[in-house]
Amino acid sequence: MKERATVWAVAGLAVMLAGCGEKPQTAQGTRKSDTAAFQGGEVRYAAPGWAAGDKASWEQQMRTRAQAQNEYARTQRQP
Amino acid sequence: MARMKFICDAERCIECNGCVTACKAEHEVPWGVNRRRVVTLGDGQPGEKSISVACMHCSDAPCMAVCPVDCFYRTDEGVVLHDKDVCIGCGYCSYACPFGAPQFPTHGTFGLRGKMDKCTFCAGGPEANGSAAENEKYGRNRLAEGKLPICAEMCSTKALLGGDGDVVADIFRNRVLARGKGSEIWGWGTAYGRPAAGSTGSGGTR
Repeated sequence: MKERATVWAVAGLAVMLAGCGEKPQTAQGTRKSDTAAFQGGEVRYAAPGWAAGDKASWEQQMRTRAQAQNEYARTQRQP
Repeated sequence: MARMKFICDAERCIECNGCVTACKAEHEVPWGVNRRRVVTLGDGQPGEKSISVACMHCSDAPCMAVCPVDCFYRTDEGVVLHDKDVCIGCGYCSYACPFGAPQFPTHGTFGLRGKMDKCTFCAGGPEANGSAAENEKYGRNRLAEGKLPICAEMCSTKALLGGDGDVVADIFRNRVLARGKGSEIWGWGTAYGRPAAGSTGSGGTR
């Protein structure tokens, strides 16, 4: 009888003290770095003309691609 | 490499909203959120102008300055991105942004105002390039595919230019010289700073 009371008392104390626990509340740091675009990634529709991981070729690809917005350059290519 | 920039040529924009539609389709942007939109100045009056507006990825981004949880970061190419896992949807960035770029979905983690969403210059977010997680949160990462933002690349009149700042500024400068007018670039000075005195810029800024 006494043992049962002790078990109940311990169980009760455990339940009451459960609220005293503290979970870490420190905010996770912001991911300030991102995988650089020239590294490529899980891309299935990569444009041809450059190699993933080669920064110079990616930069050249960006410049070439930007020139597609220049209609003066595009029309000059016409015969 | 120079940093990535947008230029909208008000002389050419015909308010077709193709950029808006392309952006929404490419990134599967939810209802109520427009990462890009077309604004008409002096609507209905002679000489009205239209411009396509989104996040300009400012040199000194005010959203980064005011964010209480510091969720913004800038890539090596000058693209201003944010971490949605850190954003608390407070809306401070929305008040600070001179372009009204930050958008908030109406059904999100925080009830009526969810985590902020904005133009990523088609550069995704902090997750792995091209991953499903990145695509779900930020949309497609076209820069990692060797492409430029879809809004600029598909603009039918090439009013919206996006890419390496030096290259797009050269394209715009040649245009202005050819047509002899329309040298003002709306938002350029606000986003990237006014050209220093004595420099040979591409014309006036507004």
